[in-house]
Amino acid sequence: MHISIQTPLSLETANSLRAGDTVLLSGEIYTARDAAHARLVELIHRGEPLPFPIQDAVLYYVGPTPAKPGQIIGSAGPTTSARMDVYTPYLIAQGLRGMLGKGRRSPAVVEAMKTHGAVYFGAIGGAAALLSKCIVKSEIVCYEDLGAEAIRRLTVRDFPATVVIDTQGNNLFELGVQAYLDSVK
Amino acid sequence: MKEIAASLVTETIRDMCIQANVILPEDVAASISVCHAQEPWPTAKETLEELLENMEIARQEDLPLCQDTGAASVFLELGQDVHITGGNLYEAIHEGVRQGYDAGYLRKSIVADPLRRKNTGDNTPAMIHVDIVSGENLTITLAPKGAGSENMSRLGLLTPSAGRGGVVDFVLETVRLAGPNPCPPIVVGIGIGGNFDLVATLAKKALLRPLDQPNSDPYYQELEAELLEQINALGIGPQGFGGRSTALEVNIETYPTHIAALPVAVNINCHVARRMTVTL
Repeated sequence: MHISIQTPLSLETANSLRAGDTVLLSGEIYTARDAAHARLVELIHRGEPLPFPIQDAVLYYVGPTPAKPGQIIGSAGPTTSARMDVYTPYLIAQGLRGMLGKGRRSPAVVEAMKTHGAVYFGAIGGAAALLSKCIVKSEIVCYEDLGAEAIRRLTVRDFPATVVIDTQGNNLFELGVQAYLDSVK
Repeated sequence: MKEIAASLVTETIRDMCIQANVILPEDVAASISVCHAQEPWPTAKETLEELLENMEIARQEDLPLCQDTGAASVFLELGQDVHITGGNLYEAIHEGVRQGYDAGYLRKSIVADPLRRKNTGDNTPAMIHVDIVSGENLTITLAPKGAGSENMSRLGLLTPSAGRGGVVDFVLETVRLAGPNPCPPIVVGIGIGGNFDLVATLAKKALLRPLDQPNSDPYYQELEAELLEQINALGIGPQGFGGRSTALEVNIETYPTHIAALPVAVNINCHVARRMTVTL
């Protein structure tokens, strides 16, 4: 059973999700990778405003392939989230509510998620053609000089994801593996 | 002696870049299908189903399978009786990558300098390996590879007393440390022997061998099978959400080594294990 979720993601909705839940995300989300994260955190350190509303926002860690003529976006699957870990706690403290990527998060990120109430969703790594079909609009917000790493505002419809780490710190990478291993004992 | 025009190398590489990023080798697609059929864990089976669906969409709509269209690793087996005419061979390869990544709407993921990190804008340079072989053929293998799996790869300079058991432990530790990050189900390329630099190349070359072709030496064929079984007993599963299908295959390549050495390298590839070979 998929849970349909609308962005911006409220604290209440975030708190209702549990590791292992499968969701379908709809609404606006923002893209950012390493280089964009570095710039965002630089702005925070300087006390300057961020280029998009971060309160209750969902960030998608993705650098899509170029769109062909007539396409909304190219292939657009998740990149490895861990590379963003050094920056993420600053963004969560600013109100970031959800993250969409693949792979593990650091203990510092999980602590920030528990403190402020944020959710980490996993999208299927390597299913980039499939996932691009759920993106109905894409526009560049800023940092166009970064190419594939520019910050984009995406409108997604029923984008499939799995809750990997919830606001209580439950982690599917531990729970899912353990549940499978218990099942084959 | 056979003459091969540099422009033919460029055209060939260009077409390979485009095709390899859209269509998986048959042996890889078949292996994912087998994993899907054998997967006992429902969430894992569902993930594998989506990977099969992704392959279908990519093929039908001519889309890259993964947004990380990779660094272009190019392996040449250059017959010593081949004469490349009309240009420099390396330049011809870079130009093929340049044209392919542009015409194929592939992502440009290469920075010109590892610390100053300015994107070259055309996915060049390619990462090129050349082996000189007998004969008058030029065999080109292109393997676009993403950084997610590359970053989870490791090299260990073990010593002889570590033996077979030490190699097994090192490989399992590498896969455990990688966990969900390299997009399992993974392909595990292992190099054993040689020296510091050669062992890494062996591991990468192990990833070029089709998944349905075990090592020709029964000793290493058995080690491949044992490692695959142990890796798939870890429970990591597709995307790390739990399940049996952690690895599609384990391939080992070996080389003689020093009496005091036992180098081992583990090059992890994601399930989008792209590779294409053309002989000119």
